[in-house]
Amino acid sequence: MNKKYYGKVVYDLSHPGRRGYSLPQNNLGDGLAQIPSDLLRTEAPRLPEIDEPSLVRHYNNLSTNNFGVDTGFYPLGSCTMKYNPKLNEELCSLPQWQGLHPLQPAETVQGALHAYHALGKALCEIGGMGAFTLNPYAGAHGELTGLMVIRAYHESRGDGKRTKVIVPDSAHGTNPASAAVAGLKVVEVKSLPDGTIDTEALRGLLDDSVAAVMMTNPNTVGIFESSIPEIAEMVHACGALLYYDGANLNPLLGIARPGDMGFDVMHINLHKTFSTPHGGGGPGSGPVGVRKGLEEFLPSPMVAEVEEGPFGATYKVVRPEKSLGRISAWLGNFAVELRALAYILSLGRDGLMLAGPLATLNANYVKESLRHLYKLPIDRVCKHEFVFDGLADKSTGVTTLHVAKRLLDHGFHAPTIYFPLLFHESLMIEPTETESIETLDDFIAAMEEIAREAASDPETVKNAPLETPVRRPDDTAAALEPKVSYFDL
Amino acid sequence: MKTYYSPTHEYARVEGNIALIGITDYAQKALGNVVYVDMPEQGDDVTAGEDFGAVESVKAASDLIAPVSGAVIEINEQLIDNPGLVNQDADANWIIKVEMTDPSELDQLMDKAAYDAHCEAEKH
Repeated sequence: MNKKYYGKVVYDLSHPGRRGYSLPQNNLGDGLAQIPSDLLRTEAPRLPEIDEPSLVRHYNNLSTNNFGVDTGFYPLGSCTMKYNPKLNEELCSLPQWQGLHPLQPAETVQGALHAYHALGKALCEIGGMGAFTLNPYAGAHGELTGLMVIRAYHESRGDGKRTKVIVPDSAHGTNPASAAVAGLKVVEVKSLPDGTIDTEALRGLLDDSVAAVMMTNPNTVGIFESSIPEIAEMVHACGALLYYDGANLNPLLGIARPGDMGFDVMHINLHKTFSTPHGGGGPGSGPVGVRKGLEEFLPSPMVAEVEEGPFGATYKVVRPEKSLGRISAWLGNFAVELRALAYILSLGRDGLMLAGPLATLNANYVKESLRHLYKLPIDRVCKHEFVFDGLADKSTGVTTLHVAKRLLDHGFHAPTIYFPLLFHESLMIEPTETESIETLDDFIAAMEEIAREAASDPETVKNAPLETPVRRPDDTAAALEPKVSYFDL
Repeated sequence: MKTYYSPTHEYARVEGNIALIGITDYAQKALGNVVYVDMPEQGDDVTAGEDFGAVESVKAASDLIAPVSGAVIEINEQLIDNPGLVNQDADANWIIKVEMTDPSELDQLMDKAAYDAHCEAEKH
């Protein structure tokens, strides 16, 4: 981790009258006089006034404060922070893509429509679905879109009484939130002690008021829900649809398909499974797939393949028959889609099929290496991630929060903490397939060191981080009295 | 005055048919610093087993589940500006005051000893 911290904000560099760039004379004439006076601002905007070299240095110095997958290991559970291949950045930056305008006539953007269509087709194959929309901007947006499809499906059959969505207690918080935004009522179903869904409890909740059951598989504790065929059968028997949260698709790539498991609707996080930038580096993309028979409800616009034409297939932009309408402008975050397509094509089928087993191997390697020092509440072979319930020895008062903060001193990003809510001291680790054994060994050594230090010198761990440029931000004050602008300081 | 506890860590401190409902000390410790308490309005009805609001901490947001049914006759307005009071003293800083419609619901709740055992079991 970079210990030299650049802590200025751009306004600190401002000097009245300083300019970084000379704008040409405005040639609007008396154009300003045409604008109604109530639409004109009366005070000058408070913009920073800086010369260009200072500005360039400012942003370059700020960028050295970043921690990301390009600077270090980032084992954030349920987030699949895999490496973002630079080839994908190159390909989506080609001027042929960058110069496109979304209002261009379809016949002038056939290459772009082909790419959109090709990615949709690849995702259909990977997910076992009938059709995909790539338009949603992120995972939670995809969940909302998927639930809107499910609602539209029930309403199209005149079945207006289905108002409930069942969500396991281990689910991502976005699941109940998306259901609530879609106007549906959330019902929680408990997990068994082994972290899987309680199928008998689920059975008791299923009736003709249930619109959908949302599941993540493998679930958020990294365990594959092996009773999924039985679950799919009972969900369908009651007339509801089964929704697949694709946050944890990575270990299944090319190995198992949600469509084959009986899922009707799914979303995929391109920024997780398909290696596009994630977190602050986004933006995200949350394509939604549906099984055959549901494609007519997908959002508009869609890209359809037209077979005729002298040069083979051509593509047009269409609105599905019973489309729920637009959920985003145009065809989603197109540059992200291009990166995901580049990833799929460069790995190919054989490469994609290696991702899951390697991610699973890495997760189990870290888990088995640390289980003597950290409490392992679910003792099974995990998939791509696993959860510790804090340190094995809790007598020193060192909590998961302290362990996570101390990891920063070792130069690692902290894992996901206090999620899932099934355990009090959750510490959720997902190494991904892109990490080498040396990186994993370094991380294991740091975790061992912290566990030893928690016993020998607990106060040091409780005061961590000690070596980062910013130590303990006041997260309570930040939540209660957020200062979101320089002028609030 | 007697205090009853729910498995979801709310307490009901009862006098006559009035119950003061809040979260337990165990719950506030598990949540960490509370930054927001989402409360119903005076006059709203709450139903045993259903949520009547939520507590947000820097760590998590958690639904508040009503231990008993009834009408909200008062809310603890101090928590609007100072939600951290829940951390300072969860017992003293109740969240809502409810006029119970069915005091027999209290029979479903735990006493102090049973609740302490419940918390111990949750720690595994």
